[in-house]
Amino acid sequence: MKYSSQKVAYAYFVAALGLFAIQVLGGLLAGWIYVAPNFLSELLPFNIVRMLHTNALIVWLLLGFFGAAYFIIPEESEREIHSVKLAYIQLIILVVGTLGAVVSYIMGIHEGREFLEQPLWVKVGILVAALIFLFNISMTVLKGRKTAITNILVIGLWALSLLWLFAFYNPDNLSLDKMYWWYVVHLWVEGTWELVMASILGFLMLKLTGVDREVIEKWLYIIVATALFSGILGTGHHYYWIGLPGYWQWIGSVFSTLEVIPFFLMMTFSFVMVWKGRKNHPNKAALLWSLGSATVAFFGAGVWGFLHTLHGVNFYSHGTQITAAHGHLAFFGAYVALNLAVFTYAMPMLKGRNPYNQVLNMGSFWLMTGGMSFMTFVLTFAGTIQTHMQRVVGEDFMSVQDQLTVFYIMRFGAGAAVVIGALLFIYSLLVPRKELFTETSGSKPVTGSSPEAQAVLEGGR
Amino acid sequence: MSEFLTKSRARNIFYGGSLFFIGIFAVLSIDSHLYVVNESTSKAELTDEVVLGKHVWEKHACINCHTLHGEGAYFAPEVGNVMTRWGVLDDPDDAAETLGSWMEAQPSRIEGRRQMPFFDLTKEEVRGLSEFLRWADKTNTQDWPPNDAG
Repeated sequence: MKYSSQKVAYAYFVAALGLFAIQVLGGLLAGWIYVAPNFLSELLPFNIVRMLHTNALIVWLLLGFFGAAYFIIPEESEREIHSVKLAYIQLIILVVGTLGAVVSYIMGIHEGREFLEQPLWVKVGILVAALIFLFNISMTVLKGRKTAITNILVIGLWALSLLWLFAFYNPDNLSLDKMYWWYVVHLWVEGTWELVMASILGFLMLKLTGVDREVIEKWLYIIVATALFSGILGTGHHYYWIGLPGYWQWIGSVFSTLEVIPFFLMMTFSFVMVWKGRKNHPNKAALLWSLGSATVAFFGAGVWGFLHTLHGVNFYSHGTQITAAHGHLAFFGAYVALNLAVFTYAMPMLKGRNPYNQVLNMGSFWLMTGGMSFMTFVLTFAGTIQTHMQRVVGEDFMSVQDQLTVFYIMRFGAGAAVVIGALLFIYSLLVPRKELFTETSGSKPVTGSSPEAQAVLEGGR
Repeated sequence: MSEFLTKSRARNIFYGGSLFFIGIFAVLSIDSHLYVVNESTSKAELTDEVVLGKHVWEKHACINCHTLHGEGAYFAPEVGNVMTRWGVLDDPDDAAETLGSWMEAQPSRIEGRRQMPFFDLTKEEVRGLSEFLRWADKTNTQDWPPNDAG
């Protein structure tokens, strides 16, 4: 770590990990309610559990992005963060808002649009925090060295914050409500967040592989160009059946098919950089998460997205378990795994220790990725059967659901593996202080004075 | 590619192309907004009851179990066409009564059956919710869902 203000990221990452635990435990509970529907049904109904599950996810991913930005930008801009104090104030606002939201959800106080359930004061808090953040990083970037990585990161973060304004606009007309709701939801995850993802991935590749910056940055511009060229009009794939004009069926089908390209490029980019790079960086777990993120994002967002995005297919599959399958693998690959990659990369530096936790951390990668993949497969099978029986044959929703129980049991098992993996990951990042499993790692253990260890502590230089 | 496509060219393509697509998206959004107001939702009037019903829908986070026009959670049935399914689409009184007695009967407490919570709604709220669902059912959704099962 070269700049002391990068330390801010540590607090963000710890807060994010806490919410990550809440998110996966909420998910496990929701998965259990699918298996045993009477469980907690009058104390903590499914709608509240799901709200906690999705909201905790969104907020921890954002905390991770903010933390990653505070970690990356000083190194890229070659100067300290404009104001460390503001960065902590921003975090306090976000944590208070998040805790406030969790408590009010449990008490049944919330707004009623999916994912945007935060009470108004929390929404305002998020906006204020975002403004503080934008001011803080923009001042840092403007005064420092300009790179493509910071440029794309800052554009992505500005754009996602501006789009948040649509969270405050809730028209009485349901179709308009839905149309503008997607300005936040789709243009975040299939637009601006991809910019953030690409720039963080670019930074990690720069540090982990040692490939020339010029090469990486050119790739980045191509990736984000394809992301926005496809993703903006790709919004159309949400506009098929909510009361909007029929032309969205063609625009949405064509452009959301193209949305596969940026994810394919991010995957190709990561592997090509690793092949080209000559650096043997000791933080293997960070490399595993980076490559894993790019790969699983391609399958989850790219392949599983394409699976049901053509309007002729979506007419039958819309709003079935196929959507749930895609949502889980896409979020995990693109944004969860990427955040965990940057946490894994940065934590040894932030805590001033060697990457002691490689085997546990890599084990958690395979547990989580295996669990998520299995969950995606069983939900896809469930969704296929549901689509046929309900949408083609016309059988009643609940009688179809009753026949999918075996898939929901398997999904619960897969979810349990993910939860164990997540807790293992959190443990491996925060707790071990000594090298574990030195022999099984098969390579020379990194000691405090070796050049590799120094490289880790200094950020891979 | 590497000779022609320099970093600054790639960056300019990114900027120019993105602005171009944002422009197209903005134009189509305006057109879609007008289409919603003037065509797809113009068959049923957006009354105060419908607006009240939307607030009831939001206050109880119905979207986190049900889907509405296919969006939401996938835990409970689609309700964008529930009034058609119940055969009460064109009868406001019958619709409100059917919905009211359904809501009063919850939770069923049947073992192994998904539970809908009991929501303590006033008569006006039930009427509003029912009008909201009737209004949504009359929206032109390009013939989705494929059948009454939703």
